[in-house]
Amino acid sequence: MDKFEPWSEPLAREIIARHAAREGAVLPMLHDVQNTFGYVPEPVIPMIAEVLNISRAEVHGTFTFYHDFRHEPAGKHVLKFCRAEACQAAGGDHLCARAEQKLGVKIGETTADDRVTFEPIYCLGLCSVAPSAMLDGKIYGRLDEKRVDSLISEARR
Amino acid sequence: MSTKIYIPGDAAAVACGADEIAQAIAASAKKRGKEIQIVRNGSRGLHWLEPMLEVATPKGRVAYGPVTLSDVESVLDAMLGDGKHKLSHGIADEIPWLKNQTRLTFARCGIVDPRSLDDYKANHGYKGLAKAIAIGPEKTVEEVTNSGLRGRGGAGFPTGIKWKTVASTSADQKYIVCNADEGDSGTFADRMIMEGDPFVLIEGMTIAGMAVGATKGYVYIRSEYPHAIATFTDACEAGRKGGVLGKNILGSNYDFDIEVRTGAGAYVCGEETSLLESLEGRRGQVRAKPPLPAIKGLFGKPTVINNVLSLATVPIVMEKGAEFYKGFGMGRSRGTMPIQLAGNIKRGGLYEVAFGITLGELVDEIGGGTASGRPVRAVQVGGPLGAYFPRAFFDTPFDYEAFAARDGLIGHAGVVVFDDTVDMAKQARFAMEFCAIESCGKCTPCRIGSTRGVETIDRIVANNDRAKNLEVLEDLCNTMKFGSLCALGGFTPYPVMSALTHFPEDFGATPKLPQAAE
Ligand SMILES: Cc1cc2nc3c(=O)[nH]c(=O)nc-3n(C[C@H](O)[C@H](O)[C@H](O)COP(=O)(O)O)c2cc1C
Ligand code: SF4
Ligand code: FES
Ligand code: FES
Repeated sequence: MDKFEPWSEPLAREIIARHAAREGAVLPMLHDVQNTFGYVPEPVIPMIAEVLNISRAEVHGTFTFYHDFRHEPAGKHVLKFCRAEACQAAGGDHLCARAEQKLGVKIGETTADDRVTFEPIYCLGLCSVAPSAMLDGKIYGRLDEKRVDSLISEARR
Repeated sequence: MSTKIYIPGDAAAVACGADEIAQAIAASAKKRGKEIQIVRNGSRGLHWLEPMLEVATPKGRVAYGPVTLSDVESVLDAMLGDGKHKLSHGIADEIPWLKNQTRLTFARCGIVDPRSLDDYKANHGYKGLAKAIAIGPEKTVEEVTNSGLRGRGGAGFPTGIKWKTVASTSADQKYIVCNADEGDSGTFADRMIMEGDPFVLIEGMTIAGMAVGATKGYVYIRSEYPHAIATFTDACEAGRKGGVLGKNILGSNYDFDIEVRTGAGAYVCGEETSLLESLEGRRGQVRAKPPLPAIKGLFGKPTVINNVLSLATVPIVMEKGAEFYKGFGMGRSRGTMPIQLAGNIKRGGLYEVAFGITLGELVDEIGGGTASGRPVRAVQVGGPLGAYFPRAFFDTPFDYEAFAARDGLIGHAGVVVFDDTVDMAKQARFAMEFCAIESCGKCTPCRIGSTRGVETIDRIVANNDRAKNLEVLEDLCNTMKFGSLCALGGFTPYPVMSALTHFPEDFGATPKLPQAAE
């Protein structure tokens, strides 16, 4: 089962319309679009601009400012490793290097088979049970080599 | 009779398997034909014991932890039987780590069902608002001012004074904005409140709204916190149904409602004006002050912007009075601070205590030193913009002014512990790198200086014209400190310079031994 809908202009318009009456609607619109399609398809930018009566440049500027919003679909699974200080202190650097080696990509990249996008995240608020990670929205703490390996095999599935 | 079992739904517990354990406990009870009621409470904050399960007994709630899936059967045996188990810690409230705290802001966290308004009300909930309504807006602002409560988001600005500015600015619309962006590494107190006692934040925001004349509140929660977003959103819904959000709150003439907004992965959006820009739907670029948000804030309207903990502390201040709250603490740091112990630490978690406790007590005694068992070498307090302190500073009391006097800051009270394998030049480099990644781009010293900083540290470590580059680094830090609009660029020099000052040997001041593999 696919987590995301295939691109559909009517659906995009419907999503945007849902938030049109809200104050400061751009972020809620972008989030909802991304949650539906898995990324923010380019045609969405002018659609938002039109509905909110602001310039495309402004919507584009907002879209590009935030780390969360994707220009293109991610791999089938998204594995985010916390790279912030508490996780570093708890051995996160070593585990991140291990994950990079096992996946054959650097953090920030997607595997050649499009299965896993491996990304940094800066703190999940799990700093007392560090190191931590997130796989497809599910959170994991107290990572060690064994748990990292099993996360990776799960992500590869 | 059904047995009540508490299994935290707090993200720290969930990240350690609490959801799977809850399922297994339910399944096992069913198989045994035993009736149980599972409450997904927040966390008590003893995170090294998470998932920490509790069972209600006539003597009080008995705690077991850290429970793993393979312990489920035996723990359930103990819970339904004689209580004996190697993971039992006895009555939860009697665990010294918990008992020795002064829980004011976190009084209910981990105890109540976070989604139940009835439970909240049965545990002193809405006493603060009732009092505020009874004494009126002016006296409420006065009470908050007199309590000495200072902003818990980092800057430590007196909350009551901020409220007073908004209250005395007239406008057709005012806003309460709760800063739940909690981006600092080593911090999770805001998250725990939203997941464990969301109504205390709702009540605190409502009191703020009533006090300054605002009818609408926004809570800006970072996207890295899906559990907090879910629990807090549910609580708002329950609040609307229960008549504590919406029109005529608690039968008064006051109206107030809250909308939850999700951040999008930008650290700088925790800075208050950047957060307002983001809420308005723009790039999170920092605004120059003045005008203050209190005068021209969200959509140009007078706005109170406060951290989660500042707002969540207001109900108890109102309920028990300013004098009570002010009675805790030291110097100009009044009341208690929910301190978060994190990183390489044996007993990590949330520890709320009056200001004045020393860093050494926190790290060595309460935290039990490192998880790795190696010596503690450095501690970063206050997130990525906070200084690294060596053991020599362990006598520093937890107090805004005492930390500032040592070129450090308390920030949002996250304490990240590092053992002796840490490479402080690497940490300094990371501080610069983080600033470069997260800079909003508005000022050159922050945007460009941080990238230069990374390169300069690389040269220092590589012994490439070291003496000169050390000077360059110091200059760069000064330029960032004095030439940046906000504290991202302005405070990044703290971790960098403290690492260099207290741990010069890691920058090649003396020949370094090759690092042993982990
Ligand atoms: C880069 C940067 C990030 C910040 N992040 C946060 C944050 O995540 N949460 C927060 O409450 N305050 C944060 N602050 C502080 C806010 O600007 C502001 O002082 C605070 O929200 C005011 O609320 P308080 O008075 O209740 O502390 C940040 C400041 C800066 C410069
Ligand atoms: S210091 Fe950095 S983050 Fe702050 S306003 Fe300037 S460029 Fe933006
Ligand atoms: S630093 Fe990794 S979860 Fe906070
Ligand atoms: S805006 Fe250019 S230096 Fe500040």
